[in-house]
Amino acid sequence: MSLLSFFKGKGSKDSPKVETQDRGILVFEHTSEVIRAETVLKGAGWKIRVMGPPPEIRTGCDLVIEFPLIEELNILRTLEAAGAKPLQVVPVNSPLLQPVDIFQIKDYGRYLMVRAANMKLTVDKETLTVVNVSGGGCPDVPYLAQEMVGKSLSEAPAPETIGHTLCGYALQLAYEEMRRQC
Amino acid sequence: MLAVVGTVPDTKFPLVIGRVSLRGETVSIDGMGAPVNRGTPALLAAAVKVSEVLGQPPVGYLVGDIGLGEGSRRLYALLSENSFNGDTGAIAFHYLQPDVDWHNRVLFAIQEMGHRPVLIADAGFMYAAKMSGMAPEYDLFTPDVGELAFLADEEAPHPFYTRGFILHEEMKAPELIRRAYQHENAAACLLVKGQPDYIADREGIHATVDMPVEEAMEAIGGTGDTVTGMVAALIGAGIEVKEAAVLAARANRLAGHLARPTPATQVMDIIEQIPVALEQVLKEQSSVSGHRHA
Repeated sequence: MSLLSFFKGKGSKDSPKVETQDRGILVFEHTSEVIRAETVLKGAGWKIRVMGPPPEIRTGCDLVIEFPLIEELNILRTLEAAGAKPLQVVPVNSPLLQPVDIFQIKDYGRYLMVRAANMKLTVDKETLTVVNVSGGGCPDVPYLAQEMVGKSLSEAPAPETIGHTLCGYALQLAYEEMRRQC
Repeated sequence: MLAVVGTVPDTKFPLVIGRVSLRGETVSIDGMGAPVNRGTPALLAAAVKVSEVLGQPPVGYLVGDIGLGEGSRRLYALLSENSFNGDTGAIAFHYLQPDVDWHNRVLFAIQEMGHRPVLIADAGFMYAAKMSGMAPEYDLFTPDVGELAFLADEEAPHPFYTRGFILHEEMKAPELIRRAYQHENAAACLLVKGQPDYIADREGIHATVDMPVEEAMEAIGGTGDTVTGMVAALIGAGIEVKEAAVLAARANRLAGHLARPTPATQVMDIIEQIPVALEQVLKEQSSVSGHRHA
């Protein structure tokens, strides 16, 4: 029996098994903040659920919100605008994982490239113009490239303001590092 | 025939299915146009250019999505109802919002097809394939080095969460490849895009492609998409997966070299060089095969 057959046996397409690999957890200090965030996110149409925290989480109150992890950047922006920013955001399956904090920097002479995780941002050092955005796999990457390439670092929108996914979040980190470098 | 599934960064772009052509710097499908900057349009443009040398232009399954996921989910819903033609020999999945549940539904639908197409995954759909635990169901993944580290990290749900001690392994791609297979997070074949490019399977490195070298290629958005487009088109034309991967890696490097790139070069300049580069690579391959058989 193939692996796929095994999974098919477990759950057909009519009743797919519950997946948690692509889910994240929002941790809040107080239960009232959880309730407020739940209202905001459900009102915006996200599929979320309130649950108890996993044992690895040692901060916050006794409730957390499970959400689609890929859309972390968009969800954080929504919560921040509503004044309901969480204490912590972690993946469900591995709550101890942290966002990348390693940057690879490549100097091409006139151009400088910064890579954060799977995202790369390249700037012309003389004009501070964004000349390329590469890497990534979420659908906001081509959109971010479209909006940023050809503009100066100061004019280009920050990825955190128009991106929606974890790829957008990684590009934001590369963008912040680039601003530190230039 | 090759089918390509992906997105266009325009929320107004409708869900369309159709044979793809290239008009100037725009891919054309079912009366709609999408500029070739990077992402799935760049992949499609490269596949169309391959079809000028061999095979047929790809059939695209496209929808607008800027990362909100709505377009991707509409496309997933269509594909979960088994919408691929019976003569689809290969399917390349590309920039889609990673979603494990929808990924599984689409894979189930493909499993129910009369024949099993060659399955290629890159970008967001590759992330979902890894997260689902079904990576071995695929014939080819085409990660870059950063994405290879993600495949090698059995804990990471997205490259954004790849652990530091694995990211530091950047210079040791063979070890990352071994680790990805050890945890069943790789397709039957991997084409790792980097310097050098690696073509690998569960047994180890099958081939290394490192010439010509154009360092600027790493900075240019869309150069990974063109490799995936070329390998997918070559597989769609009937070439075996590993052989197609070697040819695509070599032709992409040569196309880049012919474009004389800087880090500010845009990918269309490289795509224009694909037919010349591919013909040269195929000629060299034919010459080598001829010597072997002589």
